[in-house]
Amino acid sequence: MSSKEKTWKEISIAGIPPKSSIGFMTGDWKTYMPVRDLEKCTICLTCVMFCPEGAIKWRPEMGKIEFDFSFCKGCGICANECPTKAITMKMPEE
Amino acid sequence: MTLKTKQETTAMNGDEAVAFAVKQCDVDVVAAYPITPQTIIVEKFSEYVANGEVQTEFVCTESEHSAMTACLAASATGARTFTASASAGLALMHEMLFVTSGSRTPVVMAVANRALSAPLNIHGDHSDSMAERDSGWLQIYVENAQEAYDSIIQAFKIAEEIGVSLPIIVGLDGFTISHTLERVDVLSEDVVKKFVGERQFPMVLTHEGKTVPFKLDPENPMTMGPNALQNYYFEFKRQQQEGMNNALKSIPEVNSEYAKISGRSYGNGLIDPYKLEDAEIAIVCIGSTAGTLKVIVDQLREEGVKAGVLRLRTFRPLPVEELRNALKNTKVVAVMDKSMSPGGLGAAVFHEVRNALYDLNQHPIMVNYIFGLGGRDSNPRDLRRIFEDLLKIAKTGVVEKQVHYLGLRE
Repeated sequence: MSSKEKTWKEISIAGIPPKSSIGFMTGDWKTYMPVRDLEKCTICLTCVMFCPEGAIKWRPEMGKIEFDFSFCKGCGICANECPTKAITMKMPEE
Repeated sequence: MTLKTKQETTAMNGDEAVAFAVKQCDVDVVAAYPITPQTIIVEKFSEYVANGEVQTEFVCTESEHSAMTACLAASATGARTFTASASAGLALMHEMLFVTSGSRTPVVMAVANRALSAPLNIHGDHSDSMAERDSGWLQIYVENAQEAYDSIIQAFKIAEEIGVSLPIIVGLDGFTISHTLERVDVLSEDVVKKFVGERQFPMVLTHEGKTVPFKLDPENPMTMGPNALQNYYFEFKRQQQEGMNNALKSIPEVNSEYAKISGRSYGNGLIDPYKLEDAEIAIVCIGSTAGTLKVIVDQLREEGVKAGVLRLRTFRPLPVEELRNALKNTKVVAVMDKSMSPGGLGAAVFHEVRNALYDLNQHPIMVNYIFGLGGRDSNPRDLRRIFEDLLKIAKTGVVEKQVHYLGLRE
């Protein structure tokens, strides 16, 4: 273990994490990733509401949708729910 | 000892005594599922709820696994929480027992100790809670209905102690204690409420960098039940051992504090020795068997035999120092187990006590008696025979058999 890790006396009980899970990048678990066809996307925000990880962000100031691949796990719910079929799930190398 | 507090003498069985104690402890949530021989606890308490005698939220769950899950969740919000179970019910809780202790939620649970199937048997032995030895729960075993009442009140105080913050099992022998009508002296509700007090919380550091009381609170959000992998899991487990170590101090403190309001104490809260000071032969046991053994010790003492009994009241944490001090001058000791560890050298209490005594410079010869399985009666004649065996060993120094089955047809 690295010297930065704390001892059992230094940490709160019961596994209470002293950091938010925002620092714990979980996006590298995915096999498939969502790819959006900007021609078909109507920015209806259905994908934003359905994403269980909050990894699709609506930026109203820019009028844009952003995918945060640090947290996207490639579940494909966005692709499944998209009413215009603008999102497809692809292997990263495709 | 003159007491300022007035007590009422009642007649209750062990289960009723437990329910009555819970009623007096200002419990916020009870989530339970009935199972023999614990059923009366749940029935009696649901009566209190139906009659409006308590403000407790009573959750009727569909299984014991759910009951323990509900208790864990309720306790995590800061609620004082109680449940009760036995046998197969306790076994069904198994997974959640570890989550409850690992989450450091001080749930109090009465276990009316009962045998486990198969063959199907509803009667009393310690197989159920002994199988949960390593689940991280404190374990106290009582001798009678009076102690069941007293120990439930003490249990809330011990479990909720900030340094402890662990769940606790109070074990009462199925039927022998749970269903037997006995005299039980009870304190008034305000005295009990004052004794137990408000629930205390350890402080924890949250992801927002705030140090706040350890409970789920929308004002101070925190993550409970996260994963801790190779990097931290081990450290959190070590903390649980520290909670157990702290309980070794808290249990005697609560035992003597309780004596001040009730006039009743049980040894030092950890062990309850009887005529052990000069004893050459002794029996170690847990639960109601101690009552019968004390009568036999009195008879033997009249006959000039230096016999004694050590009732192990607290099994988790194991009071190692107390066991060593209490038994260091004995010559031969029998440990009684009301459960089995098939394939092992004797059973749980024997393993623990013998292990604790191993480091004494001169430790007594030790033998194990497995008895009372499935509720088989252990009568005074059988128990006296153990002392006779011990006398023989003390005289000859020869142990013919290390593990005996008392009252078994052979």
